[in-house]
Amino acid sequence: MEQVTKRYWKGVEELRNDATYVKNAQSEFAEPSGSDLQSLIDGTNAPRRDFLKTLGFGMAAVSLAACEAPVRKAIPYLNKPEGTFPTISDYYASTFTDGGDHASIIVETREGRPIKIEGNPLSSLSRGGTTARVQASLLSLYDNEKLKGPKRGETDIDWATADKEIISQLSTIAARGGAIRIVSSTIASPSTKAVIADFVAKYPSARHIVYDANSASGIIQANQASFGKAVVPSYDFSKAKTIVSIGADFLGTWVAPLDHAKPYAKTRKIGAVGGGNKEMSRHYQFETILSMTGANADYRGTYKPSQEGLVVANLYNKVAAKLGGTAVNVSPVTVQYLDKAAADLIASRGAAVVVSGSNDPNVQILVNALNSLLGSYSSTINLNVPVNYRQGNDQQMNAFIDELKGGRVQAVMFYMANPVYDHPRGAEIADALPKVGLSLSFGDRADETGSLVKYMTPAPHFLECWNDTEPKAGFYSLTQPAITHIFKTRQMQSSLLTWAGKSNDFQEYVRSYWRTNLFPKATGFTTFDEFWIKSLHDGVFEPASATVAAGGATFAGNVAAASTGISQRYKPTTGIEVALYEKVGMGTGSQANNPWIQEFPDPVSKACWDNYAAVSQKTATDLGVEQNETLKIEVAGKSVELPVLVQPGQADQTVAIAIGYGRSKSGKCANGVGQNAYPLASVIGGTVSMAAVNAAVSKAGGRHEIAQTQTHETVMGRRAVLQEGILARYKKNPKEGRYEPKVETSEGAVTPTDITLWHGYGKPNHSWGMVIDLNSCIGCGACVVGCISENNTPTVGRDEVLARREMHWMRIDRYYSSDADFESMGAIEGYRALEVASANPEVTFQPMLCQHCSNAPCETVCPVLATTHSTEGLNQMTYNRCIGTRYCANNCPYKVRRFNWFKYHDEDKFDYQFNNDLGKMVINPDVTVRARGVIEKCSFCVQRIQEGKLTAKKERRRPLPDEIQSACAQACPTDAIIFGDMNNPESTISKVLSTELNERAFHVLEEINVRPQIAYLTKIRNKEEGPKQETTQETHA
Amino acid sequence: MHITSAVRTPLVSNGKTYADVTEDVCKQVEGRPTREWTIAFTISALVLVYGTACVFYTWWEGLGVWGLNKTVGWAWDITNFVWWVGIGHAGTLISAILLLFRQKWRTSINRAAEAMTIFAVICAATFIFMHMGRPWLAYWALPLPNTFGSLWVNFKSPLVWDVFAISTYFTVSLVFWYMGLVPDLATIRDRARSKVSRYVYGAFSLGWNGSAKTWARYEYMSLILAGISTPLVLSVHTIVSMDFATSVIPGWHTTIFPPYFVAGAIFSGFAMVQNLMLIIRVVFKLEDYITVEHIESMNKIITLTGSIVGVAYITEFFIAWYSGVEFESYAFINRGTGPYWWAYWAMMTCNVISPQLFWSKTIRTSVVWTFVLSVIVNIGMWFERFVIIVTSLHRDYLPSSWAMFHPTLFDISDYLFSFGLFFTLFLLFAKFLPVVNMAEVKAIIKSSSAQLPKSVSGVAKGERVTAPTFNKNAD
Repeated sequence: MEQVTKRYWKGVEELRNDATYVKNAQSEFAEPSGSDLQSLIDGTNAPRRDFLKTLGFGMAAVSLAACEAPVRKAIPYLNKPEGTFPTISDYYASTFTDGGDHASIIVETREGRPIKIEGNPLSSLSRGGTTARVQASLLSLYDNEKLKGPKRGETDIDWATADKEIISQLSTIAARGGAIRIVSSTIASPSTKAVIADFVAKYPSARHIVYDANSASGIIQANQASFGKAVVPSYDFSKAKTIVSIGADFLGTWVAPLDHAKPYAKTRKIGAVGGGNKEMSRHYQFETILSMTGANADYRGTYKPSQEGLVVANLYNKVAAKLGGTAVNVSPVTVQYLDKAAADLIASRGAAVVVSGSNDPNVQILVNALNSLLGSYSSTINLNVPVNYRQGNDQQMNAFIDELKGGRVQAVMFYMANPVYDHPRGAEIADALPKVGLSLSFGDRADETGSLVKYMTPAPHFLECWNDTEPKAGFYSLTQPAITHIFKTRQMQSSLLTWAGKSNDFQEYVRSYWRTNLFPKATGFTTFDEFWIKSLHDGVFEPASATVAAGGATFAGNVAAASTGISQRYKPTTGIEVALYEKVGMGTGSQANNPWIQEFPDPVSKACWDNYAAVSQKTATDLGVEQNETLKIEVAGKSVELPVLVQPGQADQTVAIAIGYGRSKSGKCANGVGQNAYPLASVIGGTVSMAAVNAAVSKAGGRHEIAQTQTHETVMGRRAVLQEGILARYKKNPKEGRYEPKVETSEGAVTPTDITLWHGYGKPNHSWGMVIDLNSCIGCGACVVGCISENNTPTVGRDEVLARREMHWMRIDRYYSSDADFESMGAIEGYRALEVASANPEVTFQPMLCQHCSNAPCETVCPVLATTHSTEGLNQMTYNRCIGTRYCANNCPYKVRRFNWFKYHDEDKFDYQFNNDLGKMVINPDVTVRARGVIEKCSFCVQRIQEGKLTAKKERRRPLPDEIQSACAQACPTDAIIFGDMNNPESTISKVLSTELNERAFHVLEEINVRPQIAYLTKIRNKEEGPKQETTQETHA
Repeated sequence: MHITSAVRTPLVSNGKTYADVTEDVCKQVEGRPTREWTIAFTISALVLVYGTACVFYTWWEGLGVWGLNKTVGWAWDITNFVWWVGIGHAGTLISAILLLFRQKWRTSINRAAEAMTIFAVICAATFIFMHMGRPWLAYWALPLPNTFGSLWVNFKSPLVWDVFAISTYFTVSLVFWYMGLVPDLATIRDRARSKVSRYVYGAFSLGWNGSAKTWARYEYMSLILAGISTPLVLSVHTIVSMDFATSVIPGWHTTIFPPYFVAGAIFSGFAMVQNLMLIIRVVFKLEDYITVEHIESMNKIITLTGSIVGVAYITEFFIAWYSGVEFESYAFINRGTGPYWWAYWAMMTCNVISPQLFWSKTIRTSVVWTFVLSVIVNIGMWFERFVIIVTSLHRDYLPSSWAMFHPTLFDISDYLFSFGLFFTLFLLFAKFLPVVNMAEVKAIIKSSSAQLPKSVSGVAKGERVTAPTFNKNAD
């Protein structure tokens, strides 16, 4: 057979089979020689193919490098922490602390970062409520301008170095008996006080000085003089039938507004929300400014700061004349409604309360005498259970400043205190501080005081801390960290313990304090651990023994001496007087670098991002200034220039300026916003007086626009918008104040909602709705900030607010009444007159948010179906689908839709929380951060509804009545907002509406038949005679 | 009884011949650009460049560069949109409705008026895109098949109706205009000397050969397109008015809007036609084609529509009072006496009072008066839309949200952009296309061209053939 297997050669080399070939035959790839590689690298003598390869690789490498996308790091848990589930929130009970302000809170954390603060319903003080400041304090946690670690002057040091240097200096100072001073605002924490005591034990020359920026020292002194108890008593407004406040903004800023809100609101709730109650407390407010509390009053009178003591003394005399007290000899003063207030106080003896915002002990002694006459100390005022919110002692602070100036202080430490900024004698402290041998600040930033000290040993935000609080005697609240320390900070308590030579484990310290001091008071626990875990879980510990009834206080003050003091101090003036006040949002300025706080509109003036000189219209005319023109206000050589805000309801011949502004070293958000008004305050008779009676006020000639979220003051007689009445008539007719328009047809008059082109939407399963009680809404704005926090609302800054573009989904409309007599004036003149607010207006707050109309005008006009209706009554907004025509916003009768005019996140122009990585930690991951060019609006917290429904579904049940709460309803301290499922007959909202739909409940703009899911309950004032109903039209032809 | 109608003055004066028409119109296309044209074009182009930069900045930064706010969500953007759409209407009215009504005088002006329509609609369309928060997603307003779970548009939304109305209007107007251009393009093609011109005009004249059949088809098609366009004249602005009329905002929610908007649109459109034609007439020396008669006729239409608009304004006020609706009453009192009173009275003066001057024959036949009053009418019509949009929005239902609108530099510059765009396009049209419809004008000078002049100038210059032999091969 023929050989068929052919032989192929790989090459001529194989055929030739020479030695080199045989040697390399085994290796599959020929190795280039070293010199070849070298030539390739330096490009000399490179073969053509290799050159192209190199070139190709180089091109690819360069282009790959150029195309590299920014890597956003999302690191999953490698080992999932026990009990933590991504996308599921954890809740920790803790305590809000800001100076003397405290609130028991629940912190919602997501993947280890706090994203929302809610009130702790287990606390008998706040009862689950919050304030705007409590809500906003979350964002201060993520302030990236805070100190990142300890510092000596400008130098960063580590804690060991700091400790070593400070201890050595402290020891030296203590050894020679040099004065060591710890200056702080009110500390309500028993453990912290114990730490300070430990520190003092180690350094016996140390003393603790307590002062408050907005002091209540006068009350403490007066109570010492009157009852022998140097305390601020607790007030129970729920027991009061007549409330008289003389300059005390007790719902907004005075002592413990959060604790006052719910009991106060309880006396204002009538009808279904008040359990069928038809009685209300009557609230008189006498004040210089129009405060938020004054805005809620039934009757309101004004006085100048120079009359404050006389108003109290005159009221005392009027009451004493009837109730057998000793009259005091003071000059009479005429204030509207003062006689009426006296009469009502006398009538409701035993259920009355008089509070005064004065810091003058003499005034407070008379207030005490007055309350004593009225029997308040056994009902509405409880001296047996004092509150610890304000413990500042003005005399002590004054003595300290004198000491400091005299060079007698060798070491000073500041904790939660910034006296250089917020004390009237701040400039003196600033001058003296550099001379102190050892000065240090526990402040979170190099603020006005911190920048002058030698060491900064920053303490973390309260959400990073262990602590405890005793806001009211016997009522405890625990603070537990919701996040680990963000920066290299250390709690002040740990620092003091370290320097005192003890273990710096403050967590253990608190625990052992509770074991020793509180566990014995607890009942029903076998072991301490059980008690501790329960306390940590609940956040509060309120033993039954803490509740002590009011009573047993016998007034022993010297009324005559007090009245002499008053006569000497309060004398009639002719000039313009200055009243300083604290704003509901800004407070004393400690949280000034918080964008949410800055952009929070003042409940009354609706102004944000500024403080200003508020004057009445008459005073503005007298001074020849208009809104936004600047005034120069000079008090004892110190002056500020501020724009004018015309404030109806303010006393004539007064200028009101808010404290808390004009920070210079707080951060980019706060610095240069407004002017610092603290220097205008003064120390009179040992206590700080937030007024100046001898001010020189003149037109400065400049102009500065004040950013206001609402510029139109009155409701223009529109009863379709706002329906209000008076109690006397309400008792006879629960429909008091209701406005029920009718439309005439050929078949007679019908309600406008009976004529419709709409088919309506079915709501077979849930029907989410809201009832807002205008009577219990005090206007505090906790809901506004709660909504911002929950829904990732961007901060837009002063310029954008001036351009009327704030993004708040929830706003509180504030309307002043007008004196206009529309009927007799004719339409053109009448409307013009309606625009002008009364000199002393009645005020109504109306929370306004998306009404979730069942016949929504916004839904029909969207060209791309970006806003649609759900089967649960929600008006939904699909951001992704929105192309931004803004037609929906135009067609919204309530003007609640907000447009993203700019890219509010990651843009340098909007350098707020969304523009830095730390600030972004506050973002709620359940809510989309909206893109530029889309519309956004209230969603009824659809993410919460969805979460609630899913939880219920997992547990194979229906959502419980009231289980699902919107952020605003949850934040509300007075339960004025009721959210729920109107299809569930067991829910509160259904129960309220079942009676109120025929009584107080009304829908805003009912006649345009958009059928909102939100009903409002009429505002009823406890008055004998109401104003005539301003209206422009009753029925439609 | 025997009635003899008065002898009508010829529509084209000075005994122009066919050749004169061709010559007078074509010389602008064929000659070098005139100085006036160059200056005007340079200015327009500069405005366009500046405007484009501003529009680009607006899109880059976001609509916050405008003066809009939470209460006033539309202002100059939609004002400009409605204004430009309105201006467009005159062109369609002239070419379609007047064609159907056999108003022969329209032939001298319809070409330019239609061009104005198209450019005005383009300008209006730019504001549709400009006013969107996310213009790159504008195509979502079209009912296109998609993969978003097949997400459709909202047919209830007047903005979707607008999309259909404006796009239909633009398409039909463009086709109508272009079809009318074909015979004239063929004329230019035939006269063209350079290869480029011959090629370009040749391509666009679609092989027009001037045969009787072609002419017949041309006539049919003109009638059909006129028939299609006629309802558009009424429907487009009706639909635009529904953007407002179907809403709930007092001052917008008004059933009178459709006829009132249509009248207003024609009103402003004719005023714009006057402005443009008066300039073209002088610059291109077309006084014999666009005669005082034309001007007077258009002024009469302006007076009529202006009066309709005036009645509408007064009716609105009456209804606001008569309805007894407090929000409606307030909206109108606020228009007249509120913070924007000046806008309202500017509108009333410009739109209602000024056209009444045309009752005087001296004024309505005066070129200067006509020009000035037309400018005033256009200002007034801009204010009408501003009043409707801004004054209604800025104080609607809840006094808490009442706000003022203040225009910014970008509101103004983006409006300027549309002027730059409009005039650049219009000047390009005037230079490169015949501004007068030669073919149709020739149709109306037949009687007056009975006596032919001995010789003519221009391309066809030379001795006139006494016995022209067309169709030599016919025998």
